[in-house]
Amino acid sequence: MTLIATKLDSFDVKRVVPTSKSRLTVKNISVGYGGAAIVKNVSLDAAEGALTILVGPNGCGKSTVLKAIARVLQPMSGSARLDGTSVHTIPTRTLAKSLALLPQGPIAPEGLTVKELVSQGRFPHQTLARQWSAEDSHAVFAAMQAADVAGFADRRVDSLSGGQRQRCWIAMILAQDTDVVLLDEPTTFLDLKVQVDVMTLLRQIAHHQNRTLIVVLHDLNIAAMFGDKIIMMRGGVIVDQGPPDDVMTRRNLARVFDLDAHVITDPASGRPVCLPVVAQ
Amino acid sequence: MTRGAMLSLPVVLAGIALAFAWHIAVGAKTVPLGTVLTALTSYDRTIFDHVVVMDLRLPRAIYAVLVGASLSVAGALMQGITRNPLAEPGILGLLTGASFAVVILVGFFGSVAPVWIPLLAAVGAATTAALVWGIAAAAPGGSTPLTLILSGAAITAFLGAFIALANLLDQESFESLRVWLTGTLSSRAPAVLWWSLPWIAVGLVIALAIARQVTALAMGDETAVGLGVDVARLKALALVSVIALTAASVAIAGPMAFVGLVIPHITRIFVGSDYRLIVPFSAGFGAMYLLLIDIAARMVLAPVEVSTGIISAILGGPFFVWLVRARL
Repeated sequence: MTLIATKLDSFDVKRVVPTSKSRLTVKNISVGYGGAAIVKNVSLDAAEGALTILVGPNGCGKSTVLKAIARVLQPMSGSARLDGTSVHTIPTRTLAKSLALLPQGPIAPEGLTVKELVSQGRFPHQTLARQWSAEDSHAVFAAMQAADVAGFADRRVDSLSGGQRQRCWIAMILAQDTDVVLLDEPTTFLDLKVQVDVMTLLRQIAHHQNRTLIVVLHDLNIAAMFGDKIIMMRGGVIVDQGPPDDVMTRRNLARVFDLDAHVITDPASGRPVCLPVVAQ
Repeated sequence: MTRGAMLSLPVVLAGIALAFAWHIAVGAKTVPLGTVLTALTSYDRTIFDHVVVMDLRLPRAIYAVLVGASLSVAGALMQGITRNPLAEPGILGLLTGASFAVVILVGFFGSVAPVWIPLLAAVGAATTAALVWGIAAAAPGGSTPLTLILSGAAITAFLGAFIALANLLDQESFESLRVWLTGTLSSRAPAVLWWSLPWIAVGLVIALAIARQVTALAMGDETAVGLGVDVARLKALALVSVIALTAASVAIAGPMAFVGLVIPHITRIFVGSDYRLIVPFSAGFGAMYLLLIDIAARMVLAPVEVSTGIISAILGGPFFVWLVRARL
């Protein structure tokens, strides 16, 4: 405990209060494959300038919700709306100018360089007639700076470490320059230190660039540490949602994850931390 | 598009021009390069070499350029869309399917007007594509690189058996088709070329237009959707392009093996992973490759001419084995 306490002043303890404005709202959405609903009647909204995190056990439907918002999946009923318009009615390239998606396990084509990958983010802004502009160059440069990949812009993506690669993908969706960014498990398979780096970057993007970020995460403590809002799902429905303090409770962990855990407060960040109870 | 790649475009064009001139010069009677040039620039029908160049050699060189470019672009698109390094019109059965349709109908009706040949080939290729994908998708685990190749091999063997059977039953009318069925640039009537040109034009224009989206799709279907690619529409357009290019190639030269496999991979070594470069450069390298292959076909056992497709298969087979070891 003393070790953590000495680091107190090095932490950003300021709690960001999300602005009340939500540009993205999901209403009574049901999504599934082949007639069977995996997500049932889910409603949520994501505040501008905030990091909204979806958590839940495997198969709870958190990724499915994200895919429905990203129009990868067509909902069976209900809607996901961006500024009041259903995302499923907006032409796909128009929507891609306002809403970006980083899916789980994207494929880095062999031989593609970092800069080429990040440049792909400009896709929705280009047409056959207008292939590349100064604005595109600027956006790619800014995105590479923000994600800290400019130092190896000319290296091949497939030669990078997992953490560097993940930052490249984040740079790509930053170059897309959208107000809403959806990320499906962007920290899976990364070392803890790299997970923290990636999440710090995402929080920065939300808070400093005033974007709406919705992130599906696996790790509860990372979610509680970085999320402005946590949404807990189980069996295709939302069990609880709100600030980490309110949602990360012993009762919720038991009923959502079947997990017996103590929840303590990190003295440095003031955020809740869960410690599983292990039979001795 | 990188500046380096733009600069190498003239190099590729110069390479094609050189291979083209060499290709015309080589044959039963070697025509000096100088005579080839004067025949092309100031044609004189009283000079025998000029007639040889214009009537015999030039069409063949043009076939090589068109077929090489078409099959390479078709292979590049198939590899990009399916994210399968072994995808190409030959291995997935499209060449055999197109040939089968042509052979059966030519065998049935005795002869078919040139205008119908690319269309027949397209119907054959499209039907085969549907069959191969259907079989692969029905396999446990869905359509993976391996199931696609296995079902392509099965369909190729199956249709090949019918082609062989038809050949045995009616040896006379298949005599002219026998060489064509190994892939050749020597035997086609010019009318078939004219009727194939629109198919090639449509296929290449579509391929160039969708190249940027193919690059996005290479990062995964969901990533492409996120970037604003209409994935279903893109795949449909790519299929139309592949079918058109394959059909025209088969109509002109029969099932020319391995061109569509080898060239896109060679191209990637030079220009990287962006299909805006891969598509045009595959066309260029493919044209050059088939010109050189056809030069070899006429030189290795001269004065006997080996079928072009046989030379391509002799080179392509080992390449395929290397690719399986390196990439699967």
